[in-house]
Amino acid sequence: MKTPVIRHAKEKIATALLFLLALFAALLFIMPTVLTISNSFMTEKEIMANYGAMIENATEDKKSYISEDLNLKFIPDSVSLAQYSSVLFKSPDYLLKFWNSVILVVPITVFQIFLAAVTAYGFSRYRGRIREIIFFAYIILMLMPYQVTLVPNYLVSDFLGILGTRWAIVLPGIFSPFSVYLLTKVMRRIPKAYFEAARLDGAGEFQIFWQICLPLCRSSMLSVGLLVFIDYWNMVEQPLILLDSEEQYPLSVFLSQINAGDVGLAFAVAVVYMIPALLLFLYGEEYLVEGITYSGGVKG
Amino acid sequence: MQESNLKRRRHIAEGIKSWSWLAPSLIGVSIFFIIPFCVVMYYSVLDNPIFANFVGLQNFIGLFSNSAFLRAAKNTAIFSVIAVPLSVILSLWMAFALNSKIPGKSWLRSCFLCPLMVPIASVVLVWQVIFHYHGTLDQVTALFGIAPVDWLKTSWSYLVLTVMFLWKTLGYNMILFMSAIAGIPRDIVEVAELEGAGGWYKFIHIKLRYLSPTILFVTILSIISSFKMFREVYLLTGDYPYESMYLLQHFMNNTFNSLDYQKLSSAAVLLAVVMIIIIGILFLIERKYGEDVEE
Repeated sequence: MKTPVIRHAKEKIATALLFLLALFAALLFIMPTVLTISNSFMTEKEIMANYGAMIENATEDKKSYISEDLNLKFIPDSVSLAQYSSVLFKSPDYLLKFWNSVILVVPITVFQIFLAAVTAYGFSRYRGRIREIIFFAYIILMLMPYQVTLVPNYLVSDFLGILGTRWAIVLPGIFSPFSVYLLTKVMRRIPKAYFEAARLDGAGEFQIFWQICLPLCRSSMLSVGLLVFIDYWNMVEQPLILLDSEEQYPLSVFLSQINAGDVGLAFAVAVVYMIPALLLFLYGEEYLVEGITYSGGVKG
Repeated sequence: MQESNLKRRRHIAEGIKSWSWLAPSLIGVSIFFIIPFCVVMYYSVLDNPIFANFVGLQNFIGLFSNSAFLRAAKNTAIFSVIAVPLSVILSLWMAFALNSKIPGKSWLRSCFLCPLMVPIASVVLVWQVIFHYHGTLDQVTALFGIAPVDWLKTSWSYLVLTVMFLWKTLGYNMILFMSAIAGIPRDIVEVAELEGAGGWYKFIHIKLRYLSPTILFVTILSIISSFKMFREVYLLTGDYPYESMYLLQHFMNNTFNSLDYQKLSSAAVLLAVVMIIIIGILFLIERKYGEDVEE
């Protein structure tokens, strides 16, 4: 026979254990981020002392590093802004790459979301066999690894004469079906009564879309936008294949080259690169969950 | 007569209106994905684009005797088969475990979402330090007297890949599951309890059933991210990683660079077929399992 007191205590212990487990997992999840940020305040000398072996290996000159071991070091010996000042003032290259990323990713995100909203509205307001088949085709397309669409992409860009320019990345990006899928899922959960009511009030289809559907999907659009932004902010394959010159490369591709060369700066560049994503995350974190799960239903 | 004509006209107008919502996207998708993919299918049965002789399945047969393709396909398959289910199951388990009241939930949630948001290129440096020869992992294993290993260059390297994948996907998957779990109607669970259902029965027949749309959704997201792990591998090791990390994506990128369109298009078609089969199976399972709860 268990007394309530014992049971209560047991529950408390279980909660504490779970909390510790969660805390441990949480620490693992944020560790690389924290490490990147803290290391960005180290001097180049300190970076070389701790991570020298890694770089020298990359350049195959194995004599000059100080220690064979790599040390994950969380706290810099002294806080220095040297990395940042080199990134921001001495090598404008990085800022240029950063700008390259921005002008690729922002148009893709904005237009993809808007187009997806329109398309999703078409998929959710009108149903039918052909539409279901097309929708399934979108899902398949969405799941294809980029490499499957790589040749098609290349062929079209070549045909349209946009190969080597940013359009070759931006245009297919805008038509990517990923956000169509998510937004259709969300819009199909909006009760039909909402639309019917608006219809009876004499609203046209576009008005219903603009004034009823979009406001209801606001958080979903934000969260899908976040996911799309992050996805393209990370792009690696497209620039390598579709762009002509390295001058057009976004920072995502360029960072891998820094890792091999300028490691003294790499952490600061990584942080600069992280900033837009983190800012968006802080702004939109709430939506990331609520906007995408369709278990919560629509909050009117 | 006139009335039916009017009706038909209205019907057509309605049809045009309904399709006009889809038109812009359909046109774009056709131009950028579907039509060129048909061209790729056409390429996959030719000997080369210039002479354009029909060779049937010869390109596909050639693929299966290409050792680089076989290795890439094997690595990719092993990685996906291990990583995707592991991520879904682990995150579901963690979601159930953490669903109870624990303090600091919103802080923990932010931490869990962090890997999703942090750009890959920013984190790759840290992975490098951890898995490098004489890196952090080696120092930890050295405490147990294990000789240092270059983790990115062993025949088990896809496990490293799996670790990076789990790090990246677990948090978000778990949070999606947690919010789905919160949406399971309490009263149904309570009725089942009253009727004497055991914990296992409740889990299989009620909870999993209600979660099945979310499970499908999370699986889809995980499959997509598993293909995108190529980016991590690329940023870590470049075009030619150690052979156990050589993925289909490497194969295709490299064939692309060597302009071997036949090999490439037949590989693309093959991959597309495999994907369609996998997705079809997933949807069938979901339809069968969760049919009476969805929407």
